[in-house]
Amino acid sequence: MRRRLKRGWILLASPLLLSGCGSEYVVLHPAGPVAATELHLIELSAAIMTGIILVVWALLAYILVRFRDTPNNRAPYLPNWRGTLWLEALVFGVPVLVLLIMAVPTIKKTYALDHIPSRHPLIIDVTSLDYKWLFEYPQQHVATVNYFYMPTGQPVLFQLTAHSPFGAFWVPNLGGMEYTMPNRVLPLWLEARRPGVYLGRNANYSGVDFWRMTFSAHAVSPAAFQAWVRQVKRTYRPMTEDDYRRLATHFDLVGQETYSAYPSDTFPERFREFTIQGLHYVPTRHP
Amino acid sequence: MRPWFIHLIKLLFPPQVLLPDIVGIDIGLTLSALAIALYLTKARRWGWLWREWLTTVDHKRIGIMYIIAALIMLFRGGVDALMIRSQLIVPEAHFMGAQQYDEVFTTHGTVMIFFMAMPFFFGLFNVAVPLMIGARDVAFPRLNAISFWLFAFGAALFNISFSIGGSPSAGWFSYPPYSELQFNPGVGENYYLLALQVSGIGSIATGINFLVTILKLRAPGMTLMKMPLFVWSALVTSTLILFAFPPLTVALGLTMLDRLFGASFFTLAHEGMPMMYANLFWIFGHPEVYILIMPAFGIFSEVVPTFSRKPLFGYEAMVISLLAITFLSYGVWVHHFFEMGAGPGVNVFFGLSTMLIAIPTGVKMFNWLFTMWGGRIRLSVPMLWQLGFIPTFVVGGASGVMLAAVAADYQYHNSYFVIAHFHNVIVGGTVFGLLSGMYYWWPKMFGWKLNERQGRWAFAFFFTGFWLTFMPQYFLGLEGMTRRMASYPPGLGWGGLNAMSTIGAFIMGVGFAILVYNIAWSRMHPEWDTTGDPWDGRTLEWSLPSPAPAYNFARIPEVHERDAWWAMKQRGETDAVKLSPDQVEPIHVPKNTPMPICLAVSFFVGSIGMVFAWHWMAILGGLGVVAALAYGSLEDDTDRELDPTTVLNTEKRLGRVHP
Ligand code: HEM
Ligand SMILES: [Cu+2]
Repeated sequence: MRRRLKRGWILLASPLLLSGCGSEYVVLHPAGPVAATELHLIELSAAIMTGIILVVWALLAYILVRFRDTPNNRAPYLPNWRGTLWLEALVFGVPVLVLLIMAVPTIKKTYALDHIPSRHPLIIDVTSLDYKWLFEYPQQHVATVNYFYMPTGQPVLFQLTAHSPFGAFWVPNLGGMEYTMPNRVLPLWLEARRPGVYLGRNANYSGVDFWRMTFSAHAVSPAAFQAWVRQVKRTYRPMTEDDYRRLATHFDLVGQETYSAYPSDTFPERFREFTIQGLHYVPTRHP
Repeated sequence: MRPWFIHLIKLLFPPQVLLPDIVGIDIGLTLSALAIALYLTKARRWGWLWREWLTTVDHKRIGIMYIIAALIMLFRGGVDALMIRSQLIVPEAHFMGAQQYDEVFTTHGTVMIFFMAMPFFFGLFNVAVPLMIGARDVAFPRLNAISFWLFAFGAALFNISFSIGGSPSAGWFSYPPYSELQFNPGVGENYYLLALQVSGIGSIATGINFLVTILKLRAPGMTLMKMPLFVWSALVTSTLILFAFPPLTVALGLTMLDRLFGASFFTLAHEGMPMMYANLFWIFGHPEVYILIMPAFGIFSEVVPTFSRKPLFGYEAMVISLLAITFLSYGVWVHHFFEMGAGPGVNVFFGLSTMLIAIPTGVKMFNWLFTMWGGRIRLSVPMLWQLGFIPTFVVGGASGVMLAAVAADYQYHNSYFVIAHFHNVIVGGTVFGLLSGMYYWWPKMFGWKLNERQGRWAFAFFFTGFWLTFMPQYFLGLEGMTRRMASYPPGLGWGGLNAMSTIGAFIMGVGFAILVYNIAWSRMHPEWDTTGDPWDGRTLEWSLPSPAPAYNFARIPEVHERDAWWAMKQRGETDAVKLSPDQVEPIHVPKNTPMPICLAVSFFVGSIGMVFAWHWMAILGGLGVVAALAYGSLEDDTDRELDPTTVLNTEKRLGRVHP
């Protein structure tokens, strides 16, 4: 119910949104806890900021009507008014207060999102290449290109890197983005509560075809996930060094690909940085 | 073996510059250049051009040249913008290819920020600041000319890239490793690096110049706390420039070493550290966005009191806010990459410091509102832009705070939400401010006013178009549309909002066309400003005739309070600015010099050499630079004296001598 109310705020905030709050508003339709937490913060800040905007608009409109330079304007004219202390304190105090209200949830949610709520998450190693996404499962030893499967109801740790210019891994329904950068590995955890196929894309310009670098995230029940892994292992051939080289060095678009294994040196061994705190998870290649 | 000239032609004209539209523009530009040259020759105006403009060191003329150049760049950047929007009007449009699209958004951003907004307010600083503080010129008039010409040739260098060699395509912040040779083998990126370097030297020099001018050349009695706020804003902008540009210089310099000399600071190979570039760029980049907005804050702090007939509300708070913003803006840069894995501690720190900036900004907003409270508001064109600014900028500021809420930014970053935010503040803040200032000081620059009715129409179109263009983009962001997409497939629900946005952009285009018409028409039907004080102004520039004589003040005024000219008018002492014949003294004025333009041409030639890796030409340009500098320092006959009779005659003609 409180959610509803907050959602109502956003609706009030804009007739534009009112006319189109359908499922195309991916950010407003979270399918998992990370996106939901982020949406919470978005709604809260949107509500507060809408309040500020309305106050300023109303004040401006009132002043414009009341203090126009028209012949018979009876409003007081204060040609020597340079300031009044309490009013100046107020215009300072109000923004301070508003920002305090914003700051607390910002701190809380940002730290909260940094804790992956699982000691043994499923790990997916993500590499952005020009212009495709490579997903490797270090625990299951399978690999895919431009799509991946994940079990619902279970946090998934994405370890992100690039063998290309910077990219950004973004599945708006599941949560916010994180960059993929060469020579570095960055962590991001996401979780799907609802099964479904969610569109992901490269959110950072990395070349002429970056905007076509989409992938689909298939969230399925844990049993279906296990079945998918088994099926991949049975049906597909392993990725060879040549396969990887082709993916990494041809700057082209490819369709979806699936491999039942992959060479072990295609993902960086050494981590310059790894910043999920509270996780105490020391990444190793093949646990 | 292919002959060398085939190589050369391929280098100068790669396929990307041979698109039909570009060739068409090339032909058009060449023809117009020829027409202008022909006109100058026929009318025997070359000498005039050289003496009065190309070698001038008069801050008022330099200011005018800055503003004209900025308007031309606004046109170029605007055409880029319309091309971008045309491509996005419907899903899968084929207006242009992705490569060309990438070049267009890169040049759009770079031109608008470095070659439109910055020179525009440099122009307004030049036009107004010395007059407002009662000075006869800036502290270093020659350095001022050098700054202008470095900017002009930097801009020229950047702008020729689209017809010779190819435009850059790595975006206005040009992140490596994408900007490195491996992914960007053409010369476009070199153009970007060198053009920004050359004009950046000019910007730093302008910063120093205005810092010294404001600190050293104020009229007697004008203490810092009696300065008009526009002067304060020039002071803090100059400070920001001084400390913000060096990191950019370093970032561009290292990239250049990578590209031209095989280093690997930021490359993909050899364990380069592209992340370092992101830090360096945004340590410059965030102060830069405040460099862009501070002058607008200053302009509005002049325009609001004038058109409300009231002193500024909370002057001290306004000054403190400017200083607070200046200080804070160096400590927020990480908000441009919360998603690069700095960890929650760092991210939260920078998120909160960013929110802090909103406090002084909010204070300013309310102070403008309370300045109008109890006033008598006249809706002249400069004030209209201000009245458009408040409701627009508050939305931009509010969305800025939303972006600063770190975890929320994970969803907005690199999406159209960010695009909407910064256009809200840069167009609704900076551009509205600059245009307000242009209309405000235009009579002081030229002696005639811009037609009010046309000005209102220009504003109406621009303002309406603005809202229609940028409000939908917030929602596109929430729909998951990322910035820099060269096109998008149908079926995602993005079509309608994009179409609205494009229509809005064309309405803004019409607004700009009316503005240009406004200038041309008003020049043909001038409404002369005979009083020198067309708006019933408050600050010293309005005590001078329009346009002011070369030496500005025959006698330096003495200042006792803020809004000095208004106070004089209130007390009926306006005659105090007139002279009696025995008060006339000789005046030192700087002499014109060809050195600045020669220096800038040398930089231009050298930069072309660097762009194409023709080392002999780079060395030639370097020698030219050294020669121009040597000539400049050895020249000792740099100023002349206006004798009292000349001054007296000029002042008599302006009606400013007691009988
Ligand atoms: C209330 C004050 C402001 C706050 C809190 C604020 C906050 C932010 C934040 C957090 C971002 C980064 C968003 C992202 O990339 O994910 C951003 C981007 C940006 N802001 Fe602001 N901002 C404010 C005012 C301004 C002003 C006054 C300007 C310029 C006149 C400005 C220009 C920009 C630009 C150009 C970008 C994007 C740069 C790019 O990625 O190309 N902002 N702002
Ligand atoms: Cu910033």
